[in-house]
Amino acid sequence: MNSAIDIVDERSVRDDIPEFAPGDTVKVHVRVVEGNRQRVQVFQGAVIRRQGSGIRETFTVRKVSFGVGVERTFPLHTPIVAKIELVTRGDVRRAKLYYLRDRVGKAAKIKEKRD
Amino acid sequence: MATKAIVGEKVGMTQVWDEDNRVIPVTVLRVEPLRIVQIKTPERDGYSAVQVAVGRKDPKKLNKPDAGHLAKAGVEPGRRLVELRLDDVSSYQVGQEISAAVLAAGDVVDVTAVSKGKGFAGTMKRHNFSGQKASHGTHLVHRAPGSVGACATPARVFKGTRMAGRMGGQKVTTLNLRVVDSDADKNLLLVRGAVPGPRGGLVIIRDAVKRAGRATKVED
Repeated sequence: MNSAIDIVDERSVRDDIPEFAPGDTVKVHVRVVEGNRQRVQVFQGAVIRRQGSGIRETFTVRKVSFGVGVERTFPLHTPIVAKIELVTRGDVRRAKLYYLRDRVGKAAKIKEKRD
Repeated sequence: MATKAIVGEKVGMTQVWDEDNRVIPVTVLRVEPLRIVQIKTPERDGYSAVQVAVGRKDPKKLNKPDAGHLAKAGVEPGRRLVELRLDDVSSYQVGQEISAAVLAAGDVVDVTAVSKGKGFAGTMKRHNFSGQKASHGTHLVHRAPGSVGACATPARVFKGTRMAGRMGGQKVTTLNLRVVDSDADKNLLLVRGAVPGPRGGLVIIRDAVKRAGRATKVED
């Protein structure tokens, strides 16, 4: 890659991001600004995709909230995320877990990785 | 006309976050210090501008006229000589350096460069024509321009009718881009949005000229 772009990107790259992969369950602590107050909201769910590379990389977390599937995509290096916590590692065979969208209940469960 | 201008090289695009944590797409421009070679004044030249040397070049590779011209100014040769049209050149001297420090974050600028050459392009790409139908019997004319005029009157095609032809490779100016960051130590300038031309292309950055009645600096 180009060195001058790296210099610019370096300022925004976060080094506090844990290793995680599609299939893992994560807690994403999101900073929410309400007026002039700021609080942290936790979005917990399964990572169904990681996309892009470098500063532009994003990941998508899916959860089922009150029977409705909710997906949220975050830039990996976004400053609005206070913390990413790895809850469980999942055992999956695909990089993009879009098949979860068509499944409900027990069928939508991801096997836990054992090692 | 512009009050300040610099010359840089397009490095490429990336993104940064602003203080409200929003993503801003930026173009990174490398702006190495420019050396003033000549100052053009209305009295002597009929217009005001500064001529600057950009980048570096082996002095042995200069031709005689250029070598003499630079020797007169006592300036190291650059890969290009560029003229920057400015309102007032009285504050500049020959030999002086201009760096990225003339522009600060929040300044509104215009960026001029030669756009990427597209070769011989059809009307859809070149003039945003709609083309013709994809199906319903359309045969071999999907991207054709259609009619270029009427019949016996006027019995000719009007001048200026938009047709296929060479596209790109022209001087293009993008107006009113905001400077996101200016780093004179690293010789980098970050401009919000896209800039014409290929990576590695020469760009001229000047303060915005079409901001009548509006701020030439934006805060946010």
